[in-house]
Amino acid sequence: MNSLYSRLRGTAVWRSVFRSGTGDTNLHRSLTVQQNIFLHLASVKIRRRALEFGVTWYLGTLSMASFVILVVTGVLLMLYYHPSVPQAYADMKDLQFVVSAGVFLRNLHRWAAHAMVVLVFAHMFKVFYRGAYRPPREFNWVVGVMLLLLTLFLSYTGYLLPWDQLAFWAITVGSNIISAVPAMGAKIRFLMLGGHTVNANALLRFYVLHCVILPLIAAVFLAVHFWRIRKDGGLYTGDKPRE
Amino acid sequence: MPDQTPHVERACPGCNRRRFTTAGVGSLAIAGIGSAVFGYEFLSPNALYEPSPIVDAGKPERYPPGSVTPDAQSGLYVVHGPEGIYALSAVCTHLGCVTAWRPELDMVACPCHGSKFHIDGVKIEGPAPRPLPWLKAWLNDEGNLMIDRSEALTRKQYVRVQA
Ligand code: HEM
Ligand code: FES
Repeated sequence: MNSLYSRLRGTAVWRSVFRSGTGDTNLHRSLTVQQNIFLHLASVKIRRRALEFGVTWYLGTLSMASFVILVVTGVLLMLYYHPSVPQAYADMKDLQFVVSAGVFLRNLHRWAAHAMVVLVFAHMFKVFYRGAYRPPREFNWVVGVMLLLLTLFLSYTGYLLPWDQLAFWAITVGSNIISAVPAMGAKIRFLMLGGHTVNANALLRFYVLHCVILPLIAAVFLAVHFWRIRKDGGLYTGDKPRE
Repeated sequence: MPDQTPHVERACPGCNRRRFTTAGVGSLAIAGIGSAVFGYEFLSPNALYEPSPIVDAGKPERYPPGSVTPDAQSGLYVVHGPEGIYALSAVCTHLGCVTAWRPELDMVACPCHGSKFHIDGVKIEGPAPRPLPWLKAWLNDEGNLMIDRSEALTRKQYVRVQA
């Protein structure tokens, strides 16, 4: 098994994909991380303690996992969902009763959305009570606040998409709360809804925000967030480095 | 020590790095302001396909004395009280839900956060900050009851109909 794996790692195809070579030295191992666009966001070396459950309760990882589930299920839902009035509601019913596995995908998307909100909050509390927001990690706390806001905006915009009574009145109430902003509240509401009432323009705007703009912004902030963990010296474990 | 820098024929004699930077940053600033203005204009729709605020509520005879007729679609009630007909907005002054007329309780109730009103619009309880407004109502040339949802009356005004 092991020799099969090392034979595989020696093939021309493998070596053209992974340039870092096949050695087992520490140098090769760090090159493996450094030369991979996905892995290089993480540190080359981490403390064993940082991998223990007690440090983070894995809440950040779980938040990321729910985001990945949401992207995958969300993109699949987009294949059957038309953001138009009144088709959107009919599509939701089709997803539930006609499309194979549609109800599974829809429920997975909805449950993962709720889970993500809870997990992101829990992650934030865990960071707070561990004191992991302190310098040099204060900037990553700010990035985290942006990610919390993005999560809430994604939830809010997604909530309108089923175009049922709950969705309609929730967005009516929410957009009226926004018009309480001093001086420009009514204007913000108008731009957000693309009109004076929650209607076809609002549905389309929320759809584009929910499925394109907000996920892209979130992905950028996630990348910065993870890269900063590396740059700030790895996860905060609360104890002095043992080395 | 003789000057070592090779002589370069300058295409633009007055140019230097500072002027280049100033011009560059200046044009970027102008482009930025322009994009903000265009962005704002782009996001504000110029034509809206929203229903007109003026509703034709039909012949006043449809509303017998002592009746309250909800029109949830238009978000209003046509009320025929002792002094005549008036139109009351059904849109809650709290956060905009459409209220419901509850004849068994003799009041208007909002399903969203529980505001309650008398049928003349006065609030009984709940988070609504203002009474439900009376809407401008009149009879047009055909004798139909017309209601303008965009115009709230500042004092009570009835449409009188011959009994
Ligand atoms: C990252 C966090 C996300 C959150 C918190 C979120 C939240 C939601 C919520 C609450 C709904 C309403 C679900 C329902 O009523 O069944 C929804 C619907 C939807 N979302 Fe997301 N979403 C996220 C990401 C995405 C992404 C990345 C996409 C696609 C690129 C997407 C596409 C959709 C679509 C097409 C719907 C309509 C179908 C439906 O309502 O089930 N979502 N989303
Ligand atoms: S919208 Fe009517 S009570 Fe809140």
